[in-house]
Amino acid sequence: MQGNKVIGEAAIRTGCRFYAGYPITPQNELPEYMAESMCQVKGGVFIQSESEIAAIHMVAGASAAGARAMTSSSSPGISLKQEGISSMAACELPGVIVNMMRGGPGLGNISPAQGDYFQATRGGGHGDYRTIVLAPASGQELADLTMDAFDLADEYRMPVMILADGMMGQMMEPVVFKEPKPRQYRERYVLKGAGAGKSRFIRGLILDPRAMEEHNWKLARKYEVIAQKETRHEAFNTEDAQLIVTAYGTAARIAKGAIKRLHDAGLKVGLFRPITLWPFPSRELQEISERTDNFLVFELSTGQMIEDVHLALCGRGYVNFYGRPGGVVPTPVELAHVIARQYSKKDRHHE
Amino acid sequence: MLVKTIFCGFGGQGVLMMGHSLAHGAMMEGYQVTYLPAYGAEVRGGTANCTVAVGDEEIASPIASEPNYLVVMNTPSLYTFQNRVAPGGSLFLNSSIIEARPSRKDVDVYEIPCIEIAEKMGNPRAANVVMMGAFLKKTALVSPEVYLKSLETIMGSKKKMIADANRAAFAAGYELLKEYMENGCQANLGTIR
Repeated sequence: MQGNKVIGEAAIRTGCRFYAGYPITPQNELPEYMAESMCQVKGGVFIQSESEIAAIHMVAGASAAGARAMTSSSSPGISLKQEGISSMAACELPGVIVNMMRGGPGLGNISPAQGDYFQATRGGGHGDYRTIVLAPASGQELADLTMDAFDLADEYRMPVMILADGMMGQMMEPVVFKEPKPRQYRERYVLKGAGAGKSRFIRGLILDPRAMEEHNWKLARKYEVIAQKETRHEAFNTEDAQLIVTAYGTAARIAKGAIKRLHDAGLKVGLFRPITLWPFPSRELQEISERTDNFLVFELSTGQMIEDVHLALCGRGYVNFYGRPGGVVPTPVELAHVIARQYSKKDRHHE
Repeated sequence: MLVKTIFCGFGGQGVLMMGHSLAHGAMMEGYQVTYLPAYGAEVRGGTANCTVAVGDEEIASPIASEPNYLVVMNTPSLYTFQNRVAPGGSLFLNSSIIEARPSRKDVDVYEIPCIEIAEKMGNPRAANVVMMGAFLKKTALVSPEVYLKSLETIMGSKKKMIADANRAAFAAGYELLKEYMENGCQANLGTIR
């Protein structure tokens, strides 16, 4: 099944009943799939909105009314949505945002790239907030993480982003959909219309600085819990590795291909793949740095995740970088050459 | 086992369909597969290509640095991709419209006049299926029955006529390569007219 459609199917299976979006390559198959599938499920709503900004605010509205809601776009469209995402974070509204990154900045191109790492992991919009960022690296993970994204969004009442690119969106792989968990959320905030109970309201505008400060700290405490509890990563061949490649998403797939080649040639190279980009699996990377001190960060950008690697390692080890921004996707053989160079350099460090 | 194939040609020749159907068939055979279409701002008549990886364990990278097989449907793609094929690999060439021949001497070349064969059968659109018949005879990645079933699944075709046409086209390609292989010749087989 094609990556973009996997996300759509997983979302519907896990109870997403509201989707709003505006077309942009390379994620168009997702709204296409939603347009077809939403009308086949009870209570499903699909809206092709007039703009990206409208779409994210529709999602916020549906979320406030208690629906599992999702929107998707690609880099420039995600920039437009930031105001809405910030607002959802402030109002503590759950929701899932899919970003199928393209080469940038500006309109860029439609090829696979990873230049939106900073935007995704540092909040993206204005204000003191975070979004959980999940980075799938296979068709199967697109399915699993989409389902998890809705659960995390409900559990912490915040927007969750799925960060992938055109390669993940276009590639087809066999997928098995897991059984979705029953939805668990605290219904207290949901706006369902005036009944006999107390009136409720949701707002992001808090004029009293003390109240605003308290709200900011409340969000910060929530983010602290997430940073403690929700990190995920994959470690591949890291036990006796002399060099660790750190990469996520599409880049990690290429790295894995390169590492398998090098393994056959007798080089001990491992892969550390963050699955949650925020919270970044810093502790897990630190643990690995106790066994090996040679790191190569590989990204389809000019170097963004490398900052989190530096923060996690606190100056320990040698950290080098290989980046291919703008939509150029190197082959595993090309990357294997780069890794092999770095691998042999390390021996010189020790002499 | 890990086998990678690149299909390339003009948009509209069914290049992506060839890859998609191979990937689906291999999945039905129980292999791990990835299908990666090259994604550009392509138009009909522009170039298209896709990469299919078939393996019996998890496929690390869906990108092919050195594909084992290359299926070329037009001349520009021959020049673009011929150097990528792994030494000892195979190259399937649409000899109906490609006049040039690969400069590589370390790969097996199979010249398949797939358009002519398809035209002869009264269904020129099935040229890609003819090619798939030849491809699967050589590579044996998917059995013919499983492949044809996958093709029907993907096409979603309820028309028996189309399914039958594809079946016949596939068989023609399959038989042609069988003949090539039995006669022990590979390159410069000439075209069937």
